[in-house]
Amino acid sequence: MPENRQVIIIGSGPAGLTAAIYSARANLSPLVIEGEPSSTSDQPGGQLMLTTDVENYPGFPEGIMGPELMQNFRSQAERFGADFLTQKVTRVDFSSNPFQMWVGETTYTADAVIVSTGARSVMLNLPNEFELVGHGLSTCATCDGFFFRDQEIGVVGGGDSAMEEATFLSRFASKVTVIHRRDELRASKIMQDRAFSNPKIDFLWNHEVTSYKGESKLEGITVKDVNSGQEKDLALSGLFIAIGHKPNTDIFQGQLDLLENGYISTQSDSSLTNISGVFACGDVQDFTYRQAITAAGSGCMAAIDAERWLEDQSG
Amino acid sequence: MSEAITILSTTTFDEVIGGSDNPVLVDFWAEWCGPCKMIAPILEEIAVEQGEKIKIAKLNVDEAADIARRFEVMSIPTLIVFDNGVPTKRIVGAKGKAALIEDLEEYL
Repeated sequence: MPENRQVIIIGSGPAGLTAAIYSARANLSPLVIEGEPSSTSDQPGGQLMLTTDVENYPGFPEGIMGPELMQNFRSQAERFGADFLTQKVTRVDFSSNPFQMWVGETTYTADAVIVSTGARSVMLNLPNEFELVGHGLSTCATCDGFFFRDQEIGVVGGGDSAMEEATFLSRFASKVTVIHRRDELRASKIMQDRAFSNPKIDFLWNHEVTSYKGESKLEGITVKDVNSGQEKDLALSGLFIAIGHKPNTDIFQGQLDLLENGYISTQSDSSLTNISGVFACGDVQDFTYRQAITAAGSGCMAAIDAERWLEDQSG
Repeated sequence: MSEAITILSTTTFDEVIGGSDNPVLVDFWAEWCGPCKMIAPILEEIAVEQGEKIKIAKLNVDEAADIARRFEVMSIPTLIVFDNGVPTKRIVGAKGKAALIEDLEEYL
């Protein structure tokens, strides 16, 4: 059995890697169980591994590629002694300390655990989807909207986040078509009113996207009328999927208090979970801001919270 | 980049694929593809560990779009194994080393 660690960090997006940098610099020699390569957004490096240019991360005036930014985070954590395990935690037991985590049959134990497994965008699961992400197909209007100045784009979804994205994108795009498979929105009244009164936003009701057009970049989509079954093509250079996010919290069910929406419940203004010694940071506990910079900030909080907690235990 | 991995281009692709006694795994990748970068170190390990049984090669799809089109690569990373110059296996999307080894078992 591997030796007990002071700190294990599960997940390696901006939150987990910032927690790794801070806890490594505090001489806690953290082990980061960073996840396994995949194409579904719970991979090492997190959601930024599926983006191209990151232009809103402070400190990079010319912007930086998402994967490169995450490689920098990782190198910085490694430089201060963080260890990495490129595998995925399959099970946890936080009922007693030291806390236990499993990767397959192998057990890892730690005095403190920082959970930063992130969230994934719910996608449409259509052919060619993955290749087009970052090339016209996006799940982050704040990140990519800028690239669609004076172009015609679409937003898929009918909730608050879809309305927020459509409204935000109307600042850049010449026209935004909201594609929704029902004839009414799920979004809150205020978000609906805002979208309805926006002259650049059109609605395509009762339609769903059935395919993407374009190989290396998105050139259009095919939509189907859910009532008549009739299909038609729309020429679009950008399509934003806003049908929701899903936190990567499956392995924590029954172990940590989760909110109704599945996100980890943390005490306000901290990274503390309901279990003393287990901390959560980044998108796995944040359904409001969801930015790399806020994730990194909360990762720093978790590392400091863990460090102080460990000091209290030993003192 | 490890010397164990063969870098392919539009001009060398057919020669390398057709001229190899061992099966050749071609990694269709691009600079802007995060998951491609994730699996790159895994492929280097496999190249070092299994190099006598399978040749590991990489093709940048930005530089060799024609070849990517020829094999209808619509998503990267895509790994295609060529046996005697003929594609016999296709793996789309990044995955961990254990899963990849399992997928390639018939060649190892």
